[in-house]
Amino acid sequence: MEQFDLTVSNIMDALQRVKDPEIDSISIVDLGMVEKVTVNDHSICIDLLPTFMGCPALEIIRNNVVNELKRLNDINTIKVQYIYHPPWTTDRVTEKGREKLKEFGIAPPPKQIPKTGEWHVDCPYCDSTYTSLENLFGPTACRSILYCKSCKNPFEAMKPVSTM
Amino acid sequence: MSKIDIHQMDAAFKSALTDLLYQLADDDFILAYRGSEWLGLAPHIEEDVAFSSISQDTMGHASMFYQLLEDLGEGKVDDLAHSRKAKDRRNAILLEMVNGPGHYLKKPQYDWAFAVVRNYFYVQMKKIRMDSLKNSSYEPLAQIAINVNLELYYHLLHWRTWFVQLMQAGDEARKRMDAAINRVFDDFGGVLSLGPLEDEMSKSGLIEPEEILKKKWILVMEPVFDSINVSMPTNFGMKNGNGRKGEHTEDLDTALSILSEVYHVNPAAAW
Repeated sequence: MEQFDLTVSNIMDALQRVKDPEIDSISIVDLGMVEKVTVNDHSICIDLLPTFMGCPALEIIRNNVVNELKRLNDINTIKVQYIYHPPWTTDRVTEKGREKLKEFGIAPPPKQIPKTGEWHVDCPYCDSTYTSLENLFGPTACRSILYCKSCKNPFEAMKPVSTM
Repeated sequence: MSKIDIHQMDAAFKSALTDLLYQLADDDFILAYRGSEWLGLAPHIEEDVAFSSISQDTMGHASMFYQLLEDLGEGKVDDLAHSRKAKDRRNAILLEMVNGPGHYLKKPQYDWAFAVVRNYFYVQMKKIRMDSLKNSSYEPLAQIAINVNLELYYHLLHWRTWFVQLMQAGDEARKRMDAAINRVFDDFGGVLSLGPLEDEMSKSGLIEPEEILKKKWILVMEPVFDSINVSMPTNFGMKNGNGRKGEHTEDLDTALSILSEVYHVNPAAAW
C-alpha cells in the first residue's frame, strides 16, 4: 500500500527553511541556489549551485539541507551535490529574496546589469539613490560595502555577478 | 560534476590534463597563502578587507582545481593541498616568493609594490587562461573556468586600479613600483609557461598554446603601460628556475612547512 506522498513541491517547502548561514533572512531557494530536485521513489537528489567558490558556508548549507530533508517522512537516501553548470549569477535571486535581503540591511543586486557595467545601488533603509561605494569587497565574498549620504547609514550590497 | 570515465581516457591526454590542473591549483594555492600573510598588514583597513576577500576567492579556486584532480584519482583535496613536497608542486616560482623580509608575526617588512605588481600581472594572465579554458576539451574544467571568471572580474579591477594609481603617484611609490616591475618580469616567464607537456595540452584542445596566451597578455597590458607613459619591459625571464618542472626555492619549503603545520598534527581530522 503506497501512502507515500513526497513531491518536489514539499521538498521545495522544506528547502525554504534552509537559510543562508551568513544572511539568515533569505533561503537558499530565494538565493537561486537550487537548480534541480529529483525524487526517485524514496530517494532525493538535490543539485545546488555554489555562489562564490571559496564561500565557507557551502558545506554548512549542504549539511543543513540534509538535516532539513531528514525531517520529511519515508526517505531512504538524500544526496546533495554542488554542480557548476549553469553558473550561479545574481539575477537568480527571486523577488522575495530581494525583499529578504533588504530586511537584513543588504541592498539586492541589480535585476539587470547595463552594458556599460555601471552599478547603481539604492539604500536598503531609505531607498535613496544618493549612495557611494566604500569597498567593492566586504565581510563575505558576495557583499560590498556602501554608504548612504541621505540617511547616513553604512550598508552592504550583494555584488552583481553576471556572465556577460 | 559530469560523468567522465577516467579509465577510458587516453594516457597522454590524462597526463597533460593532470599536469595543467596541478599548475592551476598550485598557482592559486600558494598565491592565496601569500595573500593571507598580508592580513592585518595591508596599507589600510579597506585594503585589508579587499585583499583577504580576494585571497579567499583564490583559495576557493585552488580548491576547485584540486577537486578536479581528486575526481581523476589523484588523491583527496586536503592531501593534495597540504602533503605534497615542494618538488612535486607545479606553481610558478614568482608566486611562491616571500612578501618581503621578516616574518608576518615578527618585524614584517613586506613590499606592497611587489604585492600589487605580482598580483595584477598574475591575475591578468589567469583571466586570459580562464577565457581560453572556457573552450577546453575537458568539459568539467570548462565549467569551472566560467565560474572562476565571474569572480576574477573584481580581482582584476582591484589590482589594475592600484597599479595605475601607484605608477602615477611619483617619488618613492614610483621608484618602488619600477623595482617591483623589474623583479616580476625577471620571473614572469615562469607564470606564462605551461611546462614540458605544453604541446600535448594544446594539441588535445585543453588550452591554447603558450605563445598565443602570452601574446594576448601583451596585447592587454601594453595599453595600460601606454596610458601611464611607461614602456613595457620585454624580458619574460625565469631567473629563479621553472616551477612547472618542479624547480622551486627555499621560500616554498618554508611556506609549506608553516601552512601544513596544523594539517600534520592530525592528517585524518575533518575540518
